[in-house]
Amino acid sequence: MKENREKIKAFLARVVGDYDLQDNEDIFGLGFVNSMFAMQLVLFVEQEFKISIENEDLEIDNFNTINALLNLVKRKTAVLTN
Amino acid sequence: MKLELTAKQKDAQSEFRAFVDEEIIPYASQCDREEHTPPQLIKKLALRGFLGAAIPEKNGGSGMDAIAYGLLNEEIGRGCSSLRSLLTVHNMVAHVLCKWGSQYQKAQWIPKLVSGEAIAAFALSEPNAGSDAKSVETTATPSGNSYILNGKKKWITYGQIADLFLVFTQCEGKATAFLVEKNRPGLSIKPIVGILGTRASMLAELHLDNCPVPQENLVCRQGFGFSHVASSALDRGRYSVAWGCVGIGQACLEACIQYTSHRQQFGVYLKEHQIIRQMISDAIANVKAARLLCYQAGYLQEIGDPRSISETSIAKYFASTMAVKVASDAVQIHGGNGCSSDYPVERYFRDAKIMEIIEGSTQIQQITIAESGYQEYGVLPERNVTQQNLVVRT
Repeated sequence: MKENREKIKAFLARVVGDYDLQDNEDIFGLGFVNSMFAMQLVLFVEQEFKISIENEDLEIDNFNTINALLNLVKRKTAVLTN
Repeated sequence: MKLELTAKQKDAQSEFRAFVDEEIIPYASQCDREEHTPPQLIKKLALRGFLGAAIPEKNGGSGMDAIAYGLLNEEIGRGCSSLRSLLTVHNMVAHVLCKWGSQYQKAQWIPKLVSGEAIAAFALSEPNAGSDAKSVETTATPSGNSYILNGKKKWITYGQIADLFLVFTQCEGKATAFLVEKNRPGLSIKPIVGILGTRASMLAELHLDNCPVPQENLVCRQGFGFSHVASSALDRGRYSVAWGCVGIGQACLEACIQYTSHRQQFGVYLKEHQIIRQMISDAIANVKAARLLCYQAGYLQEIGDPRSISETSIAKYFASTMAVKVASDAVQIHGGNGCSSDYPVERYFRDAKIMEIIEGSTQIQQITIAESGYQEYGVLPERNVTQQNLVVRT
């Protein structure tokens, strides 16, 4: 979990830079995400965690914070494991 | 690091090249003159599995890897940019359905798109919305279990013959994409003629006048029409166009090598003049450089790397500007003959210019590339994008 958090934070650093992003802060609401990064975020999650983001996963609430991303990964990974 | 095609990719490349030499090049100028693509030519693409080239095998497609798909686009682009445009838009819609479509949409349309029973078109641009895609004015209004679409779409590639349109709308203020079949009541299709290049791409304007579309035709989810549906389609489209530009450059180069080896001026073949050799060497270097950028983008796409999006923009930007330069030089080398339809370079020149405009203009690519540079090299511009105005630039 901790390792996943670090991976996500490292990727988000591409757009948040030196900003001290907290686990529950909304990267969309803060204005960090443009359409290119929105797609890059999907590709990152898919490539890094070996999961497939489907139509039903596309909720802003699944992508807008570090915690949301962690939960998404956890949920999708659990589905794969089962 | 190893930059070499696999045996399978080399075989595929040979097959594509032979197909284009035999089945496309002999008819390309006629298609351009008549502003029409014969249905039998499209059928030949379908029979070879090229219309399902980018569709995974699990969905019934040819399942080409990104590099093989790129090579296909280069070869078809070498022969006819209009036909390559068909491959581009058809596979853009197919990709979107595979990635974001519902099970129903996949079952309903993917087999037809693979077989060529249905041709798909991408309907984003409008009379008042080009690069600024978020300003589309077409609306979708919920009505019971369906939506009512109203608006106009313009410059729709192969819109004259498409059976299925991926239409982008504003639905309750949110960007939303819908599948619209050609026979829907309220949809009328008007051909656009007299275009500068890719003249055989059978452009059309779509008029949606109280056009009812059922709930099951909504693609992905309300609000993700631009940020995810259009963005992922345009990313694939840019990749296809970038490779197509390499094909235009290669076609120009081969035409110039032939012409300068047979045409004499001042008592010697043109190729003996150093200034001609300068233009030839520029063309060789630039075509090869563009191809390498396409390989890089294709490799990243194949492994699902997030950098593939910006690298594809770079490839499209470089390859399209390269194609214009190389085609312009090709016309120059051919002189008066280059301005005549007796030689194909004038067509390449006109087609190349279109490549700088479609799937994101050169200027839009420059904005995207600069943004990605600030991401990659760590000095970030001021943030100013909110969830509400997540934009896609075409």
